[in-house]
Amino acid sequence: MVKVHLWSGLRRFTDGVEVVQVSAETVGQMLDGLVAAHPGLAPVIAAGVSVTIDGVLTASRFSAVSAAHEIYLIQRIKGG
Amino acid sequence: MAKDEIKSEYRLIGTRPNRPDGLDKVTGRARYGADMTLPGMLFAAVVRSPHAHARILKIDASAAVALDGVKAVVTRADFPTGLTGEDWNLQENSMAGDVALYDGHAVAAIAATSRLLAEDAAKLIKIDYEVLPHVIDVDDAIRPDAPVVRTGAADHSVPAGSPPNVVKCLDFGHGDIEAGFAAADLVREQTYKTEATHQGYIEPHACVAQLGADGKGEMWVCTQGQWYIRRMCAAVLGIDASGLRVTPSEIGGGFGGKTIIFMEPLALALSRKAGGRPVKLVMSRSDVLRATGPTASASMDVKLGMTKDGKLTAAKVNFRMQGGAFLGASPVGEALSCALACYDIPAVQHDGVEVLANRPKAAAYRAPGSPMAAFAVESLLDEMCHELGLDPLDVRLKNAVREGVKASYGPTYAKIGLVEVLEATKAHPNLLAKLGPNQGRGIASGFWFNHGGETSVSLAIGEDGTVTVSAGTPDIGGSRASLALMVAETLGIEYEAVRVNIVETGALGVNEPSHGSRATFATGKAAVEAARHAMAEMCRRAAKEWGIDEEAVVWKDGAAMPAGPNAGKFPPMSIAEIGAKMGGNGGPISGHHETNADGVGASFGAHVVDVEVDPETGRTTILRYLVVQDAGRAIHPAYVEGQYQGGAVQGIGWALNEEYVYGANGRLQNAVFLDYRIPVASDLPMIDTVIVEVPNPGHPYGVRGVGETGITPPLPAIANAVAMATGARIRSLPLSPPKVLAAIKAKGRG
Repeated sequence: MVKVHLWSGLRRFTDGVEVVQVSAETVGQMLDGLVAAHPGLAPVIAAGVSVTIDGVLTASRFSAVSAAHEIYLIQRIKGG
Repeated sequence: MAKDEIKSEYRLIGTRPNRPDGLDKVTGRARYGADMTLPGMLFAAVVRSPHAHARILKIDASAAVALDGVKAVVTRADFPTGLTGEDWNLQENSMAGDVALYDGHAVAAIAATSRLLAEDAAKLIKIDYEVLPHVIDVDDAIRPDAPVVRTGAADHSVPAGSPPNVVKCLDFGHGDIEAGFAAADLVREQTYKTEATHQGYIEPHACVAQLGADGKGEMWVCTQGQWYIRRMCAAVLGIDASGLRVTPSEIGGGFGGKTIIFMEPLALALSRKAGGRPVKLVMSRSDVLRATGPTASASMDVKLGMTKDGKLTAAKVNFRMQGGAFLGASPVGEALSCALACYDIPAVQHDGVEVLANRPKAAAYRAPGSPMAAFAVESLLDEMCHELGLDPLDVRLKNAVREGVKASYGPTYAKIGLVEVLEATKAHPNLLAKLGPNQGRGIASGFWFNHGGETSVSLAIGEDGTVTVSAGTPDIGGSRASLALMVAETLGIEYEAVRVNIVETGALGVNEPSHGSRATFATGKAAVEAARHAMAEMCRRAAKEWGIDEEAVVWKDGAAMPAGPNAGKFPPMSIAEIGAKMGGNGGPISGHHETNADGVGASFGAHVVDVEVDPETGRTTILRYLVVQDAGRAIHPAYVEGQYQGGAVQGIGWALNEEYVYGANGRLQNAVFLDYRIPVASDLPMIDTVIVEVPNPGHPYGVRGVGETGITPPLPAIANAVAMATGARIRSLPLSPPKVLAAIKAKGRG
C-alpha cells in the first residue's frame, strides 16, 4: 500500500481523509486506485494533476511507487 | 561567480562557444514565421469583434466575396461542432461562435490574392451584433451581480451558489494556521493587485498553411511547440493529427505565448476552402495585443505572522485571478503553489478562485502565476521586516527552504539551492553601493518548479564523423548551443562537430513545446541518452572490425578502444573512422531516445534592485540590478546570463509600465507598442548576474532549467525599492509615474 497526500480541497471527495492509502506499484495504478476508491476524484484527475515522488515531479504513469516513497498530488503545473 | 571561474570536471560544459544561429540572425538570413513564401500563395485578414461582449446576429460576406481576387471566407460555420473541454476552448478562442467574448475576438477570416486586397475585403464583411453587458476587472467579475460571461463553464470544484463567473476553486495547506498566527509577534494582512500584461515577443504570430480537401496539409509557423500546434489544429478542424505536417520557423520570442494556437486554424480553414492553395496569415501588433497572449490579472490577499526576530510562523493567501472568458486559462493553481514556496513556514493556507472576464484567453507567460504571487507575498514580507527593524535579506535567509523541508505546496524538497542563492546575494558588492536621496533598494526571492515532459531526440553519425542532432523543441533561449555542448561532451568530440536542427512533426515522436524551462533539461537529457545509444553502436562496429567481443570495447575521448590489455592491442578507432566505414559494416549509425523526462530540479533566485524616483514626475529609474539564481549547471553560461537578464527586464516592464488598459466600453485602449510600453535598452542599466550551481541529481550534467524563475522576483523587488525611495507603499502594479506621483503626494498630505 502507498500513502497518497491529497490537497485539502479534495477531502470532500474522500470522506474527509487527506492521506489516502491505495494498493499500487506505479503512478498509473495509484491514480486508478484513487478513482476506484473515491469516484469523486475522477474529474479532478481527468482534468490533470501533478504528482511528486520524494519531492520531485514525475510525469510517467510507469514511475514506481512504494510504501517508502512520499507521494503528493499537487495542482497541475504548466510552464511558459 | 561566473561559471567560467568555477573549476569543472568537464571539457566543454560551462564554456561559451559562438552561438550556432548567430550568423543567420545578424545577416538577416534566419527565416521567421512571416518569411515563408509559396507559389500560388494567398494572404489572409481577420475580422475581429469591436465589442467586449456581443451576440453575433448575422454575418454577410457577399460584398467581400464579390471582389475579384477574393478566394475564401470562413466563419465558425466552417468548423466542426461537438467539441468539448479545452478543444472547445481553443476552437471558440480561434473563432467566435454565437457570441463574441472580448474585444478583438475573431469573427470571420478572408483569403485573397494580396494582403491589401484581403484587408480591404475584410472591411466589406458586414456583421450585425447585439451588444451585451461586459465585465473586465477581476474584482468586478467576481461580484454576484456581475454580467455573466458564459453560463455552465464552472468545473467540479465550484460550490453551488457561487457567483456566476467563478469557474474554479482551490484550497490547500498544512499546519495549525490559528496557532501559527497566535505565536507571531507581528501579524499583518494586505491586498495586492496586478494588471494583465503581454509576453511582448517582438515577432508577431505568423504562418503559412496549406490544407487539401483530403485532410492532408502542411504549416510553417513561429511556435514554441510544433506538435502542440498540430494536435490543437487537428482537434479544432476535425482532421487527423498525422495528416498535418508542421514545421517551426526561427522564433522571435515566445515566453509561453506561442505554446497554443490563435490564428493557425483560420489559415488552414481558408486554405481548405480555397481549394488547397497556401495561405499566409501574419498578425499585426494590434491583433497580437488584442487577441493573443496575455497573462492573467490578479487580486490577492496575504496575511503573514512573524516573530520579532524574523521567523515566519504562519501564512495565509487568497488569490483571485481572471484568465479571460475560458476555464483553465488563469494560472491561479500555479500562483498559489509558488506563493510561499521560498519559505519554511509551520502553518500555511492557500485559497483561490478563477473568474471569467470579457478578455482574451490568457496564455502561459514565463513562470505562470509566480510573479504575481511573489509581488504580493514578498511585498508584505518586506513591509514587516521594516516594521520590525530587520534586514530583509537576513529574514529571507532565516526562513529559506532547503533539502528535507516540507514545501508550502506539500511535498518535501529534494536538493535545492535557495540558501546558496541568498548567501551569494549577500556577498555581492552591489549591496555595498551607497544610496542617495530619492533612491531605494529592494530585495525579493522567487521560485519556479521547472518541467520535464514528452521528449524525443535522434542523433546521426555522419560519414566524416560529424554529428547531426534532430530535436523537437524550438530554440527560444539557446538550446541548440546547449544541446551541441552536451552531445559533444558526451561523445568526446568538438562542439563545432555537432549541428542541432529543430525538426518538423514528421521527423520525431511527439515533443512538448519549449516551455516550463524544459528544453535544455529534458531535450538535453534525451540527447545525452541518444549519444550514449550511438556510442554503444559505434563500440559494436569497432568490435566487429577488430574481431573481439563488443563488451571488450569502451568509448573514450571520441573513439572506440579496447577496454584493457586483455581485449587485444588495437589503436583507438575515432568517430571519423567509424563514420567512414559504417556504410560497409552495417549501415548508418544513429542514436535515439524517447522519454517523459523525470528528475526535474526546482529553481530559486533572488534579485536586488536600486532605483531612483523623481519626486516631481513619479518616474522610476533603475540604477543597478542584480540577478542571482541557481542554474543547477550552466551548460553555456552566456545563454544562462541572457535568460536571467531577459527575465529581469520583462519583470521590470511588468512592475513599472506594462498593463492592459480598457475603456468603459470594454475595448483595449493601448494595443500598440507606443502605448503599451515595454522596456527598451535606454531604460536599463547592465543587468548583473551571478550563476549559482547546485547540480540537479536528476540530470546527467546537473541542469535545472533557467528560463522562468528570473521573472518572478522583479515585481516585488522593484515595489520594495520604490517604497524605500519614496516612503510610500504601493500595492498595485504597474508603478507607473502617475501612480507613484499620486502616492508621493498622498504621503505628503498624510
